[in-house]
Amino acid sequence: MLGGPGLESVVDQFISVITNDGRNIVGVLKGFDQATNIILDESHERVYSTKEGVQQLVLGLYIIRGDNIGVIGELDEELDASLNLSELRAHPLKPVIH
Amino acid sequence: MLFFSYFKDLVGREVTVELKNDLAIRGTLHSVDQYLNIKLENTRVVDQDKFPHMLSVRNCFIRGSVVRYVQLPPDGVDIELLHDATRREARGG
Repeated sequence: MLGGPGLESVVDQFISVITNDGRNIVGVLKGFDQATNIILDESHERVYSTKEGVQQLVLGLYIIRGDNIGVIGELDEELDASLNLSELRAHPLKPVIH
Repeated sequence: MLFFSYFKDLVGREVTVELKNDLAIRGTLHSVDQYLNIKLENTRVVDQDKFPHMLSVRNCFIRGSVVRYVQLPPDGVDIELLHDATRREARGG
């Protein structure tokens, strides 16, 4: 029985993380542990708004604590490249309420 | 342990996971672990216009602690079996 998250398959790939405070952070997964703490390289935050297109804030090398993580998505790079982020309008994600 | 075993039996079925931030993700159940973390394949967000945040994601890992509901196919639920298993857990398990 595997103790931790089965994230080996996505190491060294671009992933999209949704955090509990409603942020969306994209980066390369470098490592993880049993508590789902992760190391994200080349990371940037995608800020969604209804008034202007998606803003990308460069963050660099990050450690994100597992308690704050909601979803880890495997980014399909082809699909992602086809997205027109400057045209995308959306409400920011809501924070997680337990 | 009961729900861990139950979800293991549902691997391969289509489910919709509703999260505590109101996001709902539909996909094929790939795997589950002891924390009820869920891995889904072939994912689509339910309201793509409201939640375009995961448009380029097709496989995802969902942390058990953020799940509000897991919506199951009706024929994936054997109520009698669940009742029995729950009674057994309550008694001794």
